[in-house]
Amino acid sequence: MNGKSEITEKYLGLYKDNIDKISSISSPFINTFRASSFEKFSELGIPSRKNEAYKYTNLDIFFNHDYENYFMPVPSDFIKAEKFRCEVTDLDTHGVVLLNGFYPTLNEKLRQLPGGVWIGSLNEAAIKFPDKFEQHFGKYAKSETDGLIHLNTAMASDGVFIYIPEGVTLTKPVQVVNLVQSDDDMFNQHRNLIIAEKNSNFSIIICDHTLSPQKFLTNAVTEVFVGENAHFDIIRVQNEHNNACKITNTFIHQEKNSVTSSNNITLHGGLIRNSTYHHLGGEGAESYSYGLFLADKWQHIDNFVNVDHAFPHCTSNQLFKGVLDDMSTGAFNGRIFVRPDAQGTLAYQRNNNILLTDDAKMDTKPQLEIYADDVKCSHGATIGQLNDDALFYLQSRGINKHEARLMLMFGFAHEVIQNIKIEPLRERMDNLVMQRLKGELSRCASCMVKCG
Amino acid sequence: MLIINNLKASIGGKSILKGISLNVKPGEIHAIMGPNGSGKSTLAAVLAGREFVEITEGTVTYLGKNLLEMAPEDRAKEGIFLGFQYPIEIPGVSMVNFMKTAVNEHRKHKGLDPLSASDFLKLMRDKKELVEIDSKLANRSVNEGFSGGEKKKNEIFQMAMLEPKLAILDETDSGLDIDALRIVANGVNKLKRPDNSFIVITHYQRLLDYIVPDVVHVLYDGRIVKTAGKELALELEEKGYDWIKKEIENNVVS
Repeated sequence: MNGKSEITEKYLGLYKDNIDKISSISSPFINTFRASSFEKFSELGIPSRKNEAYKYTNLDIFFNHDYENYFMPVPSDFIKAEKFRCEVTDLDTHGVVLLNGFYPTLNEKLRQLPGGVWIGSLNEAAIKFPDKFEQHFGKYAKSETDGLIHLNTAMASDGVFIYIPEGVTLTKPVQVVNLVQSDDDMFNQHRNLIIAEKNSNFSIIICDHTLSPQKFLTNAVTEVFVGENAHFDIIRVQNEHNNACKITNTFIHQEKNSVTSSNNITLHGGLIRNSTYHHLGGEGAESYSYGLFLADKWQHIDNFVNVDHAFPHCTSNQLFKGVLDDMSTGAFNGRIFVRPDAQGTLAYQRNNNILLTDDAKMDTKPQLEIYADDVKCSHGATIGQLNDDALFYLQSRGINKHEARLMLMFGFAHEVIQNIKIEPLRERMDNLVMQRLKGELSRCASCMVKCG
Repeated sequence: MLIINNLKASIGGKSILKGISLNVKPGEIHAIMGPNGSGKSTLAAVLAGREFVEITEGTVTYLGKNLLEMAPEDRAKEGIFLGFQYPIEIPGVSMVNFMKTAVNEHRKHKGLDPLSASDFLKLMRDKKELVEIDSKLANRSVNEGFSGGEKKKNEIFQMAMLEPKLAILDETDSGLDIDALRIVANGVNKLKRPDNSFIVITHYQRLLDYIVPDVVHVLYDGRIVKTAGKELALELEEKGYDWIKKEIENNVVS
């Protein structure tokens, strides 16, 4: 294809300028993917709005920018990251901090937890556990239409690796804090790999923060393997400033009878696109995909979900909600794909949005493609204002209109938050959402950026 | 307590209430009956302060104040309670949080401090017992997934929590089986005091077997066309509404 967009050319150039340096710090196995992914990226390019999956999201504003450098860390960069402490003090987790997508070099790069669980640097894991790594890396993050997946595979060199062996239950969740901090505008990418073997059980919390006010663009890919009968929950909490763009692509592959949930809570961020791919790759698998965002000013939040019912008797459920204030915009695209053999499928989808102003705008698109006969599928989408009848009901009990509106918005949001099983985190999210709805500062105290 | 004088109201330009006058004194139970579409629920909506009803004429005085000028939440805090014909489901808002906010708003209005968590829970427990509602209902979201009967019992529970001076029950009996009807009626009877009043809006006489009204009004085509003692309800049950319609038509002719 000739006539690649000017924007795509920028990233082709970025690759060429940096690939030697990237390759020199990466494990040989990860490097084997780079050339072919680059080729695929150069064919697909940065998604424009002509790409059906990006119809409602304009990436240009963040991609059409000259980022000084492709980020490569030096050890001193990590000192600040080491000081970061999560504010939710009663949240007892196995913590990991990534700075600009890199695992800190200061201490050991992989650590072992009880039960033979390993967490640490992706790049290090590629060297230390070649068997497990090569069995899963690059197997689930696939796309024939989205160039950003391939741009990530072509250039990302680190991120988090988590391995949960067969039959192990990790009682404390793993918490990954993604910090973005730089003196210059920065483009960065990271890659995570999570392997939850047969009969294992664990959850991961991913918190996205920005620590300095520069313009940031992050393109992250996470691959998850969930073995037979395993239970896995992923909760993502996004709290970034208005000049930051975060693109997350999460690919969850499920084996027989496994149960997973994904919950994307977006409290703050300039442009956020969360793509979640659920591949129900074995009979009896269940997936629950949740999302909530609160947007204001010029923010744009996009949730893209793809549920692939590849085997019979699987269940999927999507619930995504948005509250849009000021002139913010949002998009939801929920695809349910039921393959011809996937009989006995149950697939549900709901997307509800509240527009608080006339200028806010939401696009929602259910996309059901069903090729099997014995299927129960439903979907519903609403975009509207607060329910007047509900408002009056609360007022008629003596609750003033302002308070009643807050209660309704909170209730609206809580329907998503209540699916978080980790209690201190659920309470924290309820609190942050309430503060955000009241117009108080909802950002974590560690954030030095005043979004205004 | 409540004086309605020549009240006229319309919805979307269509005249619904065509001159209603009513005087409710403390300690009285008034039943308002009438066929479908006569304006019963519109009257309840006006008294509770729904905005979609446009008042075109008349006055409503409640405890000496102009009720029509008050916001719905202020009416509630001054002691008016509306039991909804179709209680609203509010997912994500817990009954506990809802009631705690409402009770404390009422207390604030009276110059009282908010209830402590333990006092509030005790109050909830006491009132749940009083109205015989399942204690699990209180742990759920407001009316979400409640059966028709549970929703109506929940209205009575809220009434018990807020202790109104004037409760307006809008077809609280509709859709109830006999056990639920008894529980709802018992709730009303237990909450009745010499200083509070009830307006019970109903289509059927059945509820009035359990709640004995002092006065029965028949509302027809936006007007109160008949007012009498509790025996009127029995007569309506026996003969239906047709004889009243005929009586009115004859009056118009003569």
